[in-house]
Amino acid sequence: MRRYLARRLLLLVPVLAGVSVIIFMVLHLSPGDPAEIMLGSQATKEDLARLRTDLGLNEPLHVQYLKWIGHVVHGDLGRSLWMKRPVLGEVLTRFRATLLLTATALLLSTIIGVALGVAAATRPNSMLDRLSAVASLFGASMPSFWLGIVLMVVFALQLGWLPASGMYAPHGGGDLRDLLSHLVLPAVTLAAASVTIVARLTRSAMLETLGQDYVRTARAKGVSNRAVVLRHGLSNALVPIVTVVGVQAGYLLGGAVLTETVFAWPGVGTLMVQGILARDFPLVQGCVLIVALSFVLVNLAVDLLYAWLDPRIRYE
Amino acid sequence: MSDAGAAAVTLARPTEAPRRRSALGRLAGGNWLAVAAALALLIAVLAAVLAPWLPLADPDAVDTPHRLRPPLSPGHALGTDEFGRDLLARLVWGARVSLAAGVASAAAAMLIGVTLGILGGFYTGWIETLIMRLTDILMAFPYVLLAIAIVAGLGPGLRNAMVAIAIVGFPLYTRLVRGVVLSLREREFVEAARALGASDAVILGRHVLPHLLSPVIVAFSLDVGAKILATAGLSFLGLGTQPPTADWGSMLATGRQFVILSPHVVLLPGLAIFVIVLALNLVGDALRDVLDPRAAQR
Repeated sequence: MRRYLARRLLLLVPVLAGVSVIIFMVLHLSPGDPAEIMLGSQATKEDLARLRTDLGLNEPLHVQYLKWIGHVVHGDLGRSLWMKRPVLGEVLTRFRATLLLTATALLLSTIIGVALGVAAATRPNSMLDRLSAVASLFGASMPSFWLGIVLMVVFALQLGWLPASGMYAPHGGGDLRDLLSHLVLPAVTLAAASVTIVARLTRSAMLETLGQDYVRTARAKGVSNRAVVLRHGLSNALVPIVTVVGVQAGYLLGGAVLTETVFAWPGVGTLMVQGILARDFPLVQGCVLIVALSFVLVNLAVDLLYAWLDPRIRYE
Repeated sequence: MSDAGAAAVTLARPTEAPRRRSALGRLAGGNWLAVAAALALLIAVLAAVLAPWLPLADPDAVDTPHRLRPPLSPGHALGTDEFGRDLLARLVWGARVSLAAGVASAAAAMLIGVTLGILGGFYTGWIETLIMRLTDILMAFPYVLLAIAIVAGLGPGLRNAMVAIAIVGFPLYTRLVRGVVLSLREREFVEAARALGASDAVILGRHVLPHLLSPVIVAFSLDVGAKILATAGLSFLGLGTQPPTADWGSMLATGRQFVILSPHVVLLPGLAIFVIVLALNLVGDALRDVLDPRAAQR
């Protein structure tokens, strides 16, 4: 397992290098002068010159990249032009909120999705199975931001059961109960599409394993249905389920941007959109870097989980 | 080309014509849901294309005294938005933008992805390494995040949003096509064509490309819906279509502030996106059932 871990960590280096090049290039995609775009047409020549020097825009591209990556490696993501504060601290504070939202949504989609998938696989063509198929089609077709607004209108504005936006109540809140009540609607919105995907994949993986000879043998030996489904079926279907949950983790990290905007959740997604509209490139780069890094690490964790679940993978 | 070469060509060509007839036959014959979805799509496309000639109000005409009118108001079948603009007209004109943006960005992603997939699958060496590493790196980003980052660099606007979505979308096609090409490269009919002296262009155009049609058509039909959702998402964040142009995502974004007073300004554009993407997914699924039955069974 150690050798496998070392190999996977080594493979991370080129991916991270590529990711950093892409993020760096984002600043240089714009057809005009980045300094002029960031400061707007009202900026004086002195302001422009100062920003160019600050960001090192006068130097050749590869030198700019090497300097930037050197700073990044030392934890310096630059200063936000809009907030006039170091980017790293701001992004990390916001990232905690995103992580909480994403992890809750992932937990919801995994628990509900796997339970639904197992139930559908054990009773193929039942009402539950058909409903799950319809829900999966709806989940793939529904804009998450629209679902969020609909849930907000129904459960927050009409019924008044849950708060409509933010992470804590502006007055008198701040405890765990307040946080959880604010978390429900965004987490459900974000998890909705993933639940259906996890459920469909769990169903097909379970149907495949439940059709295997060893399952028939277990049944013939008189093993209870519950033990057959959980011990022989689910445990052997875990590798594809972990794959789809890992993919969903990345999808949720990216999709959180839209959900955060709908519910004014103070995460890295809302910060990034504000940064883009304010033309604050160092802030946007910082946000993208942190989310992309966590995505790469999630993928690594999924790979390691495979190797743990299925020892054959380690020796390939 | 010699007779033997011509024979190899005939053998290599998949039997497209009878397959397509059966596809149409099965679409019309059994799958009523897919037929209804195809009809809904046809109506939406016709309305979008014929928008300038339809008896609709001016989608950008502001009429503040009649703002936020509910559906079925006199003169406004679906009501009005926060500026008193006719919602039906904005939905139909918005369909032009949303559908065109979805199809164009999916088509661009497909063209780039298929080209790179063919090159990456057919040629070994540095071309393959370069293409596959680029694909890996792009896939190391969450999809929406990378699109947003690219729009950040290019600047907000519909065209830039479409470019961003095409860039983040092409690796899907590259991987799909490369996989197919890798398996075709070793097949006997390709080896036979190569032995007969056929050039790479002939092998790719005559022997490889026809085999890619089915998987690419299926992927494309399912991808257009995803691209419509992605474009609407970027417009919703204020990074796609800019006011006053109507598109479904930006209509949702601006209507959001008035959702308590007039839920229809948000519900209708969202419903339009949902119905169209659902219809595209149903048609895509039906196409896959017919063109790629093995994938459908998985």
